[in-house]
Formats: sequence, structure tokens, C-alpha cells
Amino acid sequence: MVRVRVLAFAAVRDLLGEHRLEIELEDGSRVGAAWDRLAAGHERLAALRPSVRVARNGRIVSFEERIADGDELALLPPVGGG
Amino acid sequence: MFRIGGAPIDPRELEAGLADPAYGGVVTFLGVVRDRADDGRRVDGLHYESYEPMALAEFAAIAAEAHERFGTVRLAIAHRVGDLQVGEIAVAVVAAARHRGTAFDACRYAIDELKRRAPIWKKERYADGEQAWKANAC
Repeated sequence: MVRVRVLAFAAVRDLLGEHRLEIELEDGSRVGAAWDRLAAGHERLAALRPSVRVARNGRIVSFEERIADGDELALLPPVGGG
Repeated sequence: MFRIGGAPIDPRELEAGLADPAYGGVVTFLGVVRDRADDGRRVDGLHYESYEPMALAEFAAIAAEAHERFGTVRLAIAHRVGDLQVGEIAVAVVAAARHRGTAFDACRYAIDELKRRAPIWKKERYADGEQAWKANAC
């Protein structure tokens, strides 16, 4: 199993109800599996997937990227700075 | 020179931090909280949050790109987080270069790129009590 820390921001955090959580996934899991776990049964959150980007340890990656034990995944909705 | 925090932004302090006798052009952009949303709704204030380590890394990357594109330039970038009132400074970008052209170009590039890609989010708080996250149009 791999254990990852998930950080959620803005609309994603509001829908998830938490800013920071830990999840466990099968070895060899990809970023998409982490998203699917969090969005399972959560229609409004699941609907955000096309617009959400994921940063793995501070770098934007694709949903196909493999994750490793101890990773930090940040779920980033469309930005609104400035 | 790259800062994210809850304290009010002091543009003069940022400008002073870039002061250099070789730099004759200093351009400062300030983004200030407006009292109206783009759709005309009255806004009481904004709430900003950031993924701070990544946002600061993005500021540094943007500054390096500006340097590469426009020539020797130094940038200071500061963004507020937390609750802001109408009229407060949400973001400041200061560019200092030998001449004004480079400073204007770098300042414009930095604020445009910040709005496009820095992991910072804005929630509008409306006068009627509602609130909504607002993404930048890019």
C-alpha cells in the first residue's frame, strides 16, 4: 500500500469538507485513482475533474502519473489570484 | 522578494527592496479589491488562499522567465491571503530595470502569468451574504 497526503483547495476543499487528509491506495496506483477514491459517490466533486489539476510534490502531473508512498498530492481547481 | 501572507502589502517597501543606482526604471502594478464583480454584483470583500510553497516557486519561475525574455530586470511579487476589504491591495508586482521598456514589459508579463498559473484562489463575498469562488478568465 502507498499512503499519500492530500491537500484540497478552494472549491475542492469546500466540497470535500477537509483541507488535508491522508489516504491509502494499492501499490502502483496512479493519481487518477486517488481522485476517484475521493470523488466516489460525490457527484458535485466528481464533476470538477475536467478542470482540476493535480500537483504531486509541488509539480503539476497528469492523472496517469504513478504515486509513491509519502507523496503530497494537491488538488488545484482553476486559479483566481491577482 | 516573493511573498505571500496576511499582512497588508506596502508597495513602497517592495520598491525600496529593489532600489539600485543602475536601475532607472521602476514599474509598480497594484491589484486592488473592487466593489463590483464582473457581473455587476456588489462585493463586500474577497477571501484569498494559496498553496504557498508552489505559489512562491511559481513567482520565482515567472521572474526568471521575465529576465530571460526582456533583459536584466528584478521583480518583487507579493500577494495577500485571508480576508480583504474593498480598496485593499491584493497583489503587487514591482519591476526594476535599467530602462522603462524592460520594466513595463516584465511587470505586465509577471502579473499576467501570476493570474494565469499561480496556485492562488479568490472567493467573492457579496453584499447579499452569498459567496463564490471565482477563477480568472484566461
